[in-house]
Amino acid sequence: MAKSIFSSLFQNAQKRNRTVSFLIVIIAYAVLESMMRSGNLSSLFTSLLVPMTCYIVAAIGLNLNVGISGELNLGQAGFMSVGAFTGVSISGLLANTVPNDTVRLIIAIISGIVAAAIFGLIIGVPVLKLQGDYLAIVTLAFGQILKSIITNIYFGFDSAGLHFSFVENKTSLLPGGKMLMNGPMGATGTNKISNFTTGVILILLSLIVVYNLMDSKSGRAIMAARDNRIAAESTGIPILSTKMLSFLVSACLGGAAGALYGLNYSTLVPAKFDFNTSILILVYVVLGGLGNMTGTIIATIVLVLLPEFLRSMQDYRMLIYAIVLILIMILTNNEDLKVRMSRFSLKSILMRKKG
Amino acid sequence: MKKLFKKVISAAVAASMAFALSACGGSSGAASAPSQAPDGGTDSGAATAEAEGSPAPAASGATIKIGGSGPLTGPAAVYGNAVKAAAELAVEEVNAKGGLQFELRFEDDAHDAEKAVTAYGVLKDWGMQASLATVTSAPGAAVSQMYQDDSIFAISPSGSSLAVIYADPDNSANPYGNVFQMCFTDPNQGIASADYLAAHTDIGSKIAIIYKNDDNYSTGIYTKFKSEADAKGLEVVYEGTFDDSNAQDFSVQLGKAQSAGADIVYLPIYYDPASLILTQANQMGYKPVFFGVDGMDGILTLEGFDTSLAEGVYLLTPFSADASDDLTKNFVENYKARMNGEIPNQFAADAYDCIYSLHQAAEAAGVTADMSSADICEALKGQFTSMTFNGLTGQNVTWSESGEVSKSPKAVIIKDGAYVGVED
Repeated sequence: MAKSIFSSLFQNAQKRNRTVSFLIVIIAYAVLESMMRSGNLSSLFTSLLVPMTCYIVAAIGLNLNVGISGELNLGQAGFMSVGAFTGVSISGLLANTVPNDTVRLIIAIISGIVAAAIFGLIIGVPVLKLQGDYLAIVTLAFGQILKSIITNIYFGFDSAGLHFSFVENKTSLLPGGKMLMNGPMGATGTNKISNFTTGVILILLSLIVVYNLMDSKSGRAIMAARDNRIAAESTGIPILSTKMLSFLVSACLGGAAGALYGLNYSTLVPAKFDFNTSILILVYVVLGGLGNMTGTIIATIVLVLLPEFLRSMQDYRMLIYAIVLILIMILTNNEDLKVRMSRFSLKSILMRKKG
Repeated sequence: MKKLFKKVISAAVAASMAFALSACGGSSGAASAPSQAPDGGTDSGAATAEAEGSPAPAASGATIKIGGSGPLTGPAAVYGNAVKAAAELAVEEVNAKGGLQFELRFEDDAHDAEKAVTAYGVLKDWGMQASLATVTSAPGAAVSQMYQDDSIFAISPSGSSLAVIYADPDNSANPYGNVFQMCFTDPNQGIASADYLAAHTDIGSKIAIIYKNDDNYSTGIYTKFKSEADAKGLEVVYEGTFDDSNAQDFSVQLGKAQSAGADIVYLPIYYDPASLILTQANQMGYKPVFFGVDGMDGILTLEGFDTSLAEGVYLLTPFSADASDDLTKNFVENYKARMNGEIPNQFAADAYDCIYSLHQAAEAAGVTADMSSADICEALKGQFTSMTFNGLTGQNVTWSESGEVSKSPKAVIIKDGAYVGVED
């Protein structure tokens, strides 16, 4: 029985890939967490753990949108931004009423998800009527708009209640008050309540959500709409609502990642979630492989660590980072190399022995 | 087969490029290390030498490890590189004196809180015992808490936001206690400017403000200037804003300021956009008195800018590269020799003062390299809150318990292409 469950996990290529993605996350977590608890993990690596989990969650979400649904989305950082500032604000507001950090973190992440979903819905209706390049440009613009809006929000609270103003800071707080979003200065003095464990749980949850969605009826409809829009439409699949589903799930995962990210630093500026961040997440997705969640996780880990390993290069660090990135892209997309590499895989060695 | 060959070649070429660059990265670091190091001791290459695996030679055997991070890449890189160069220069000089030896390692944070936190991790793993914190404010606010948690003394040359030294910046409460500033806080600059204008109504009475509303520094100064100006009964007739995406054309803001009858235009911004404002106001034939803050420093050395346009511009700054005292002269000369003739700005001067103040405090407290960072932190805290320091950016500089610096900003006016002190 145990053996049959085990073998069923590795039954075919797809299942193997999925099992591997869960295994990677769980094993990496066990190793890193035990190293961290025994004090064997350097400060540098400890500081990288939470942002890494955030980027993985955001990239998994984006991969659902770009890989599974086939819509090039250049605004994932916008959803992260919405999630981050909502999460940070909610956590700041509840600092006294909910003293337990874990409970507050969960509430903040959920509110980040809800806020991102609301924005996803508002944006999704006009955006998803477009296709291809047009959709990419609109999502790009959307990311910029969100950044501009958040840069101009002044939001704080004191004993008299909430204060809000837009564009010009007209809030004047009583002593003891706290600005939750202070225009271009963003959020400062945030309680850092994010932790690695929550990040890993979020990754596992997002993998479960995405895999189950892919297996479901709606998931097959999403892929059908990607592969041939006209054929899918002719069989009665509602294209807009199908694409909307994957867009929303993607936005929600971005929001969750953002909330976790925002609560990991004592300060957060809106400028952090600009076009570059969207592209960075897209790079993780493309390098990992469209529709390939395991690849996305590995690519994110590698690309978050890479610039840190290159610190010894001093002034040439970012240049070499770019060159290495180009090299990886060329090599991982080389079909001939893939064929050559597959000769050394476990499966082919076994096959050869049999033959 | 031919296709594969091509791909292999292209990969090989790219790989060799990467290798060549990494090799030249290493060698250029090594080449720059001995330059202008009169003592030949621990020198500018501390960080580079470390990276290459050869231990930095120290005159007295043990060195105090000073960390620091700033934007060495990205749009704010000019500030990070200025601080790095000036700090390295200061470390060379204090080491040449003999006595307490310093070793500096300066990491890149790209003006990003996330990178600043990882840079902090790198420095902590290296064993930093005291720090220059960060060059810019937002990353500084992210790491100050960590300096407090790990009890490492930090003094930021130019992280001017209140969030760098206070855990609760909205109320200026809960100072970290071990994070100090070498520069003025943004609010202090705003208040000082408003007070100066209130005391010198002969310059003008109708004020227009043009500030950058997506920038921490600019909005920080603006907010306090506005409230202080209101309190002092100054008349603000126009407030204009701009941001990164429209920092090229100021004709609208200037036109509105002109039609509002402003005779003073207050510019709490950096010199880059300020130079455009001066140029465009001149083209419009609008000639108010321009009043800047320390970010305006550097406008005279800006390439391609007609300095005659800056005639009569007032600015409040702690440092001017044209001062005639020996300290400033030596610093400017050495810095120029190091940076291919570049004239140091106030960021560099603040960083230079940071190292000297750290050295002064460490010597006075009897700090030795074998002390733990927490002990050094306590010793330096005691010194910094009680000592007075004379440096490039001010005389009789003192610090409060919360880490705020107290020095008087000098009002200078630009006359004949040079900064001239204004008599009070």
